[in-house]
Amino acid sequence: MSSAIANDVPLLSVKDLVVDFKTRAGNARVLDHVSLDIKAGKILGIVGESGCGKSMTALSIMGLVPNPPGKITSGSISLNGRELTDLSEEQLCDVRGSEIGMIFQEPMTSLNPVFTVGEQIAESVRLHEKASKQAAMARAVDMLKAVDIPEPEIRARAYPHQLSGGMRQRVMIAMALACRPTLLIADEPTTALDATVQAQIFDLLQDLQRDTGTAIVLITHDMGAIAELADDVAVMYAGRIIETGSVSNVLSQPQHPYTQGLITCVPHLVPDPPIEREVLREIPGMVPALTNLGAGCAFEPRCEKAFARCKAEKPALLQISESQFGACWVLEEESA
Amino acid sequence: MSFTQTLAKRIGYGLLLLIGVLILNFTLISIAPGDVADSIAGDMGGADVTVIEEIRERYGLNQPFHIQLWRYVSGVARLDLGFSYFYNTPVTSLILEKLPATLLLVFSSQILAIVLGTLLGVLAAKKPNGIVSLLVTFLSLFGFAAPVFWSGILLIIAFVSIFPLFPVGGMTDVTVEGGWFIQLLDLLHHLFLPMITLASIYLALYSRLARASMLEVLGADYIRTARAKGLPQRAVLYKHALKNALGPLVTVAGLQFSAVMSGAVVVETVFSWPGLGTLALQSILARDTPTIMGILFFSSFVVIVVNILTDITLRLIDPRIKTG
Repeated sequence: MSSAIANDVPLLSVKDLVVDFKTRAGNARVLDHVSLDIKAGKILGIVGESGCGKSMTALSIMGLVPNPPGKITSGSISLNGRELTDLSEEQLCDVRGSEIGMIFQEPMTSLNPVFTVGEQIAESVRLHEKASKQAAMARAVDMLKAVDIPEPEIRARAYPHQLSGGMRQRVMIAMALACRPTLLIADEPTTALDATVQAQIFDLLQDLQRDTGTAIVLITHDMGAIAELADDVAVMYAGRIIETGSVSNVLSQPQHPYTQGLITCVPHLVPDPPIEREVLREIPGMVPALTNLGAGCAFEPRCEKAFARCKAEKPALLQISESQFGACWVLEEESA
Repeated sequence: MSFTQTLAKRIGYGLLLLIGVLILNFTLISIAPGDVADSIAGDMGGADVTVIEEIRERYGLNQPFHIQLWRYVSGVARLDLGFSYFYNTPVTSLILEKLPATLLLVFSSQILAIVLGTLLGVLAAKKPNGIVSLLVTFLSLFGFAAPVFWSGILLIIAFVSIFPLFPVGGMTDVTVEGGWFIQLLDLLHHLFLPMITLASIYLALYSRLARASMLEVLGADYIRTARAKGLPQRAVLYKHALKNALGPLVTVAGLQFSAVMSGAVVVETVFSWPGLGTLALQSILARDTPTIMGILFFSSFVVIVVNILTDITLRLIDPRIKTG
């Protein structure tokens, strides 16, 4: 297992990223000093509940934060040493689709219904590689073949409504990888698909990652997928990363009370001990509204281990071991 | 069902509908009191019963209703729409002579309204709170509120009386001489004001519709996908979004076409445009029933053809529309 973080220069490095949204209820800090590193050819998982900032992190990297109402307030995002937050919209267009590809969670609605899937894949090849119409279409067919779509020459002429959900997600993957990006962002790529198709899509992503060496940011709430695919994992809560490290460490020895709660929430098919039926666990309480976060740790109201300091101050990420960081006052107390 | 089969079916339905229109028109006019003979007699300053009977005999008006109807419908099938006693010409040639002027006015104003309206709508949707958006909202309120005869007269006052830039009416100027290009320029010069007048209502309608349709489409997931692909804003708007937003526009434009035809009657009258509208008005005043029925027939024919074209266009835009 990789001894993640530090060492050689990361492919993508997000530092202290802050994203604010203006809402009627006031300013919402959707990302609060988020820092991430991903090395070339690795898979980083980002997990957390809905609304914790996973997708917003992805959109920030793509430069697609809806503005207004959203805005990158501070922080840096660098890809291969190039600062993305400084780029003009035109320069960002050159990065999107060519250096970073993205897959979304809704394959049913993420493809344009009035163009053939071949055209939609070929379009970005023509755009980024100045390829001819024929060459781009040939690449589209190759990509459809690479994502295991049968009869790719015929399917290239199909419209999205003629394909199943799993097929459409394969088309999305083909589209995202058509220009051989160094980074692929997969935002809950299997949420809308049924379980057997989910497994196929994950297998496909893993195979493609092995073949092409593309680094992947995998956003999901499927802990099983993280355990199987990812090298590193970052756990997010209310716009902050509260624990990060190598998958083996974080999943086997979760340090933050929230991560511990998340992992105990995963139901097991074979209960242990096997006689009694397992009770589905949950973390009591609700995610707080981002518009009125207090001065303290956002997880404090739901945390069993909270004490006075948790209400007063936000904890920073603390190095626990060589490849694991956690942001919790309890950890601070223990290490002190 | 294949595309050709569907098209054949639509054309078949269209023909049935046309026959229905013919029968309905003929029946309605027959029920109405008075006939051609009365009108002719009236124009003659009165006539005795024998003369009126003679006229009835000549026009076949003393035949039973179903015979008259059959003669009329079978005549139309041979493109013979009867004889206009007022103009003393076959109705078919009368209409064919006026039809091009109306079609020119109607199609040019519709194309102007659709192209400009869509463009304004797209620009407005790009910045829903921007100045273009405000302009579109204002324009549509104005366009809906202002009747064409009023806006037409205002345009005449502005661009003919105060700033004499355009001719007051008609389609060509007999004093203009020159090659086909000079003649064409003269025609466009005359066309401008009536075209703008007729286009104004529909420009308002289409720009508002395009704005709403684009705003809806721009929120779709596939627009985010297009952006994530690295497409520039222009390509996202005019390729990915617009093609999806065109559906409602084409549908409404097709449905509105009959209203445009009747709008043309008013505009032609205001600008003395020598088209079907002017002919319709004159033949109604003269109780020239064969001409009125002929005009009704031709305008229904044009509306039905446009509806079939609308269907074909929708199918070309959106592959999800099933044939059948």
